[in-house]
Amino acid sequence: MRCFRFRAVCRISVLSFCAGLGSWPALLQAQESYFVTYSHQMEEPGNLEIAVKSVTGAPKGGNPFVATALEFEYGVNGWWTAELYIDGQSTIHESTVFTGFRVENRIRPLLREHWINPVLYFEFEDLNAADKALLEVVGHDTREDLIPRNSRTEKEHEAELKLILSSNFKGWNVSENFIAEKNLGPFSWEFGYALGTSRPLALKASPNACNFCRENFALGAELYGGLGERHSFGLSETSHYLAPVLAWDVPHGPSIRVSPTFGLNRDSNGFLFRFMLSYEIDQFFSRLRGQP
Amino acid sequence: MKLSGVMACLLLVGMAFAGAGDGSWLRKVSEKDRARLNPLANDPDAAAAGAKVYAEHCASCHGDNAEGKMQGRHYRPNLHSRRVKEATPGQLFWMLTNGSLRNGMPSWSRFPEPERWQLVTYLKSLH
Repeated sequence: MRCFRFRAVCRISVLSFCAGLGSWPALLQAQESYFVTYSHQMEEPGNLEIAVKSVTGAPKGGNPFVATALEFEYGVNGWWTAELYIDGQSTIHESTVFTGFRVENRIRPLLREHWINPVLYFEFEDLNAADKALLEVVGHDTREDLIPRNSRTEKEHEAELKLILSSNFKGWNVSENFIAEKNLGPFSWEFGYALGTSRPLALKASPNACNFCRENFALGAELYGGLGERHSFGLSETSHYLAPVLAWDVPHGPSIRVSPTFGLNRDSNGFLFRFMLSYEIDQFFSRLRGQP
Repeated sequence: MKLSGVMACLLLVGMAFAGAGDGSWLRKVSEKDRARLNPLANDPDAAAAGAKVYAEHCASCHGDNAEGKMQGRHYRPNLHSRRVKEATPGQLFWMLTNGSLRNGMPSWSRFPEPERWQLVTYLKSLH
């Protein structure tokens, strides 16, 4: 049974990855080093980044799934980045469903580079209970949330706030996110965290054009999980994940990120696999207007 | 009264954001940063590597030959200018690190320091 599940996850991963590569011309390079954690890196003003972020897993007692978030990130100006996510997922033996959308804004209050750089993050989510994109873990989210059959009847309208703290030092990026999420119904605040660190494999660019130069690759890791709710704050009865991340930025091309993700406790899903393909369109609206 | 207060605030914010591309950033660079030396100034590969980074990340705004260009209503500066020529490597490095977020120049602090110095070497090689 476990073997079947593993094969199913691999199959879904490969299919989704190929689907992403197949749409290469339409997709364009990312700068996010992580899947869940945010750094203080903002989108360049006027640029539009289009990304496909997927996660696949086979929860014990449930069916293998792949959930994808299509992300549009636009640099409104140097200190404000806006994003729209459109989420969906497909579960074997069940269905493929649209699961909702998210609108988020990131604002950088301090305009210069500091030892620690804060960013304020605001998000509104309109999702249904079938959403499995796992773009954050909050409250008492556990692997049990991935098991129920796809249902779009239960709607969740949520507001999410994040305090993003991030530092760049000697080639390393270290980012810490503190998450507070509130279902806009009569529910209490839920909390979560995400920590990430990454570093390019080379700190200098090579003088020659190359796709496989070391500076185009970065290695990192993320640690994220829930912190319970307002009245039951803590690390217990929620899931926690540790995830190495490998990033490859193809010069003048797309960016590819992969991340095998490991659950750290019995409330977590044992293994998830994340991948992302993204491309950045420089000066999107100038191009639309036909300016060079 | 309340409306006029809001309008006054908006006007002040607008004025604060209006100082685009006038070189005022040079005054913000501390003496210590201004005096920093480029550790890659004598590296024979640095300018070529910087040119590669420039083509990938900077040319879309400043032009393929760093000649500057208009983007919508915004002018992206010519990097052959006297201001860039006379800026010290430390000042250029400061600008790459901090950007000028109000004026549309992003911070490139995500590039490791040696890569930013390679870019500085390239910018200096333009003159």
